[in-house]
Amino acid sequence: MSHDANIGAPAKARARQSALDWLLHSPLALPLVGLIVVSTLMAFASDNFFTVNNILNVLRQVSVVGILAVGMTFVILTGGIDLSVGAVMALAGTIAAGLMVNMGLHGGIGLLAAVGVGVGLGLFNGALVAWGKMPAIIVTLATMGIARGLGLIYSGGYPISGLPGWVSWFGVGRIGIVPVPVIIMVVVYLLAWVLLQRTAFGRHVYAIGGNETAARLSGVRTRMVKLAVFGISGLTASIAAIVLTGRLMSGQPNAGVGFELDAIAAVVLGGTAIAGGRGLILGTLIGAVLLGILNNGLNLMGINPYMQDVIKGLIILLAIYIGREWR
Amino acid sequence: MLALKDIRKSFGPIEVLHGVDLEVRAGEVHALLGENGAGKSTLMKIVSGIIQPSAGTISIDGQDRRFANYDEAIAAGVGIVFQEFSLIPYLTAVENMFLAREIKNRLGLLDRRAMRRRAEEILKKLEVDLPLDVPIARLSVAEQQFVEIAKALSLDARILVLDEPTATLTPSETEHLFKVMRELRAAGVAIVFISHHLEEIFEICDRITVLRDGEYVGSCAVADVTTDQLVEMMVGRRIENSFPPKPLPNPAAPVVLEVTELQLRRGGPVSSFQLRAGEILGFAGLVGSGRTETVLSMLGEYPAARCKLRIDGAERRLRDPADGLMHGIGLLPESRKEQGLITSFSILQNVSLNNYGKYRRGHWFIDFKKERACTETAMDQVRVKAQGAAARVDTLSGGNQQKVVIARWLNHQMRVLIFDEPTRGIDVGAKAEIYQLMRDFTAQGFAIIMISSELTEVIGMSDRVCVFRSGGIVATVEGSAITSEEIMTHATTGKVHHVA
Repeated sequence: MSHDANIGAPAKARARQSALDWLLHSPLALPLVGLIVVSTLMAFASDNFFTVNNILNVLRQVSVVGILAVGMTFVILTGGIDLSVGAVMALAGTIAAGLMVNMGLHGGIGLLAAVGVGVGLGLFNGALVAWGKMPAIIVTLATMGIARGLGLIYSGGYPISGLPGWVSWFGVGRIGIVPVPVIIMVVVYLLAWVLLQRTAFGRHVYAIGGNETAARLSGVRTRMVKLAVFGISGLTASIAAIVLTGRLMSGQPNAGVGFELDAIAAVVLGGTAIAGGRGLILGTLIGAVLLGILNNGLNLMGINPYMQDVIKGLIILLAIYIGREWR
Repeated sequence: MLALKDIRKSFGPIEVLHGVDLEVRAGEVHALLGENGAGKSTLMKIVSGIIQPSAGTISIDGQDRRFANYDEAIAAGVGIVFQEFSLIPYLTAVENMFLAREIKNRLGLLDRRAMRRRAEEILKKLEVDLPLDVPIARLSVAEQQFVEIAKALSLDARILVLDEPTATLTPSETEHLFKVMRELRAAGVAIVFISHHLEEIFEICDRITVLRDGEYVGSCAVADVTTDQLVEMMVGRRIENSFPPKPLPNPAAPVVLEVTELQLRRGGPVSSFQLRAGEILGFAGLVGSGRTETVLSMLGEYPAARCKLRIDGAERRLRDPADGLMHGIGLLPESRKEQGLITSFSILQNVSLNNYGKYRRGHWFIDFKKERACTETAMDQVRVKAQGAAARVDTLSGGNQQKVVIARWLNHQMRVLIFDEPTRGIDVGAKAEIYQLMRDFTAQGFAIIMISSELTEVIGMSDRVCVFRSGGIVATVEGSAITSEEIMTHATTGKVHHVA
């Protein structure tokens, strides 16, 4: 971009120009275009698409994967990956439900336990990756199996139901017309944005994805940062578990199978580089919503669910193909 | 047998070989000598067809040859054993020797027995005994080297190039290698031997060719030269760069960093040195002599067998470079792109990367105004030329990139700066600026360790020089003793004390 060309322009126009410039070169450009294109197509295909109700419905549907994708964004920005989030979420929800129903503990303790399980397993992943120097994909693949197995052992393979009624507020409650899960999701994204854009920790996350060696040699405690991003991923998995448990009103050891892949898809569709170092949390939100709109729209159009998977896969491939060289 | 005449090679506009001759006879071991960057490796890549000369002729047995690629050179009887081996670690010696040209039986399946027989024959000729059925990774470095040599011979190589084969060998392994080389010489093979260890040259070689800065210096018989003459041929007389004047040595300056014991590998030499405030301590030595590993071990980045150091007189252990930062030791790494810069970041973000302690708001948040102000001050101090702090670092010249990495350390209470090859790949003007910066820093009381493979730079900048060889410091020279001859002599013949 030539900067000299703008010198004579009025300040306001220049500011607008640079905002546009920023957008065009930011990782958000393509996800936004995708969002607009897909929404427009859906609006034409179905009259019900662009209604407040349907949009809130889409957001509610994407909230669980959307929350998981926040932690995934942190991990992927450092150049890692976390395959365990779906299974960790199921385990956290199952244990929370078990403590409330079988042990008769107060629900608050159950929810805290869910957070403990999520963060604990996240830190376990992080420690193995950072200090054990093992590849994240293998470590979290193993944790995925462990968490899934533990949930099934704990519950004997059956859903644990009979939760106190107020738990459903997290899954299906509303404040005004806005579903609670959507509010939780938005809050999580806001916090993530602050963390990534306004703190030194966030800068270090990007630095590690950009060049881990350089970051370490300049005195960044890269291992602590890696530990923290996996911890955050565990934390968002447990928040997702609380929402999901509220919606299902039971602890489901088999819940969330394949959610880690949806979360990764949301991150990548949101313009974050899979090798790390580049991406924005807002992009992940757009990516998650994009996936949700596809699900919703394809449903509204009455397309065979098997076919839906094929279409979604092709769209992800197309998006990544277009985004390859985008800067 | 092999004759190169007036070989020239240019990469883009830069000529790196300026008309080199090399003549190797059958049944001799011919040493190719020169400093780091003299052009030895480039010349050997030309001999083996990996790169093509821009001008000049290659002839074998009096016939002019041109090799379009490595395979054609092999077919003409050239075999080369590189410093980094091209063996597959998980395959056995036999599988490696016959890789991509396996002997097959009538069914098109591998004829393992035939291959094994052939391998045994060759190794027997070399009088080498090594296990044939285990993966190469389980063999010693010396044994792997023999496999490489056997592989070359199985291809009927009559010209064998050994690129620094002894660099990683123990003395007894080196002896064995020399025995094998003598066998081959007796069998009429022409051997080109590259080594930085002069006493090895005198032990095994018949004739010598010396290169300097891509120029052909001369060839002679080993019997006709002395060590001093060889060193002078390698170093030559050269034009001095303009370095800032050295201040008078101040023996009263406090010792800021003292390494009392540092052993890179078990069984290797143990080094020690002191660094005083306001001085530049040069680390000289050949590539691979352990200079970079030494500073990385100090910082806890590289696992040393033993490392004891004192900072301002107090014993410390640094677990990682972040600890180094806390104690005021900063590093300008060897490779800007791989170890220094985060290329996806702006100048601002690169400089402030390790500075966030300086400007926070509400304990947790970055104070962006202060960040900008601090960064711009640091950029001014090192005189970075750029559109602004927000410019991407990959748009900058090498010299300016280097200054960005330096600027990173200026917002701290630093006492020691380690410059690893500070002027590699940057132009003459930027070099002079960096030299001036280094002197500015020492005048402010910084102590600097400068690792450099450019002798002129070491001589022009250092107040004292530690000379490295084979993983340890073999000599420390200062004042008027800092001459190229002195440093090269220590770097190539200095005595290394191995400690268990």
